[in-house]
Amino acid sequence: MRSGLLLRAVGKSFARLAFGYSLSLVGGVALGVALARVKWLKDTVGPLVLGLQAIPSVCWLPLALLWFGLGEAAIQTVVVLGSLLAVTLATESAVKTIPPVMLRAARTMGAEGWVLWRRVVLPAALPGIVSGARLGWTFAWRSLLAGELLFVSGGLGQMLEFGRELNDMATVMGVMVVIVALGLASDQLLFGRLERRVRRAWGLDRG
Amino acid sequence: MVNESAYRRQGAEPLIRLSGVAKAWGGATALESVDLDIAAGEFVCLCGPSGCGKTTVLNLVAGLESPTQGEVRVRGERVTGPGPDRTVMFQESALFPWLTVRQNVEFPLEVAGVPPRERAERAERYIRKVMLWRYRDRHPHELSGGMRQRVAMARALVVEPAILLMDEPFAALDAMTRDELHRELEALWMESGKTVLFVTHNVREAARLGDRVVVMGTRPGRVKRLLPVELPRPRRANDRDVSLIAAMVERELRIEIEKVIREELDDAWTPAGTDLPRDPGAHLGGGI
Repeated sequence: MRSGLLLRAVGKSFARLAFGYSLSLVGGVALGVALARVKWLKDTVGPLVLGLQAIPSVCWLPLALLWFGLGEAAIQTVVVLGSLLAVTLATESAVKTIPPVMLRAARTMGAEGWVLWRRVVLPAALPGIVSGARLGWTFAWRSLLAGELLFVSGGLGQMLEFGRELNDMATVMGVMVVIVALGLASDQLLFGRLERRVRRAWGLDRG
Repeated sequence: MVNESAYRRQGAEPLIRLSGVAKAWGGATALESVDLDIAAGEFVCLCGPSGCGKTTVLNLVAGLESPTQGEVRVRGERVTGPGPDRTVMFQESALFPWLTVRQNVEFPLEVAGVPPRERAERAERYIRKVMLWRYRDRHPHELSGGMRQRVAMARALVVEPAILLMDEPFAALDAMTRDELHRELEALWMESGKTVLFVTHNVREAARLGDRVVVMGTRPGRVKRLLPVELPRPRRANDRDVSLIAAMVERELRIEIEKVIREELDDAWTPAGTDLPRDPGAHLGGGI
């Protein structure tokens, strides 16, 4: 029964994470690219992004609760806001550090507009975007658990909170170990590998 | 100042014509009133010290920049942006690291909408021309600098442009690789009849390759002198006549280079041949 509960909690947490993280990945890359290329957006939204990045993700929770009430939407808000900006900043810097000669070469070969974006800018920025995605994943994971702690959410965070209420040290420690293991596994097996593969293919790492 | 008309071929419209071209960045003048005609099939080298605007001239012809004054015309048409009739080769290969050699060479064809089969055939022809067919599935970072520039050359030629613009393409290579690439570029040019505009700060390279050497001056950038190089081809790197022309170009450039150095260094710097000891007395009795 115990292990059934744990598995269900893990499943619930991961489903939430998958949803919120996908959202912040798509939004973060789009916003990052826009910030890197559109001057007026950089001038207006740029400082805001940097500033908001300083806010720990739990601090979004009171606001999210006021907006959406105690529920799924509030947790997702925390997850998205916790990881979106990391992806945004990484994407922005990846696009900005593309060697100018590469873009000029692409232009002389007739690549413009959408083709330039899809075939040159995004692939050129990919190693940086993947690093940002990896960072974003860790942030999303942390934010999710912080969000889940607070109410009946059915995830790992809530299980941790249950353990505390029942004075059940074993559950608390057990869940913490699971959190560490899952975080480490997803980071190393999924993102670490992806990052290494991309960097190697792009010729940024040797061997 | 420069007797440009002496080089204008009678009757025929030049392939590239720069008339009264000036370029300023903010307040600084990078290029001042350049007039230059380049005939179809000509190999022209732009040679000058850093900051003389030779790369700016190339970028203007490429359509990567636009002049603040005057105009650039190719085949009588005003240049407003990059075009498939003009391709550029840069000092760094500017290849895409995520694509293989073959994909890199196919890229401009793909952008131009050439169907896959024709794309593959043309890419193969040009990769073979630069003798890298064995490496077609490698990525740029697996190749040496010389090999990368060969790929860049194939990529620039594969669209069969009328004009090849080269911005110090061999400057980062070792001398022997450079000699070899000079030989191959000359052969490719003789066979294809393309028009080449080649930017370099290397006087020997300019004399080795060019039909004409355009010596550029600096502060502000301008055309200083046009030197025809009437030597038979194929030429050899250490040919005596090439060296003589190179020496002529160098003499023209000397003053310009000194101008640059004088601006960059302290007053203590003196031109070669004038660095006599300031105070002869300091040496008297030295070593006793």
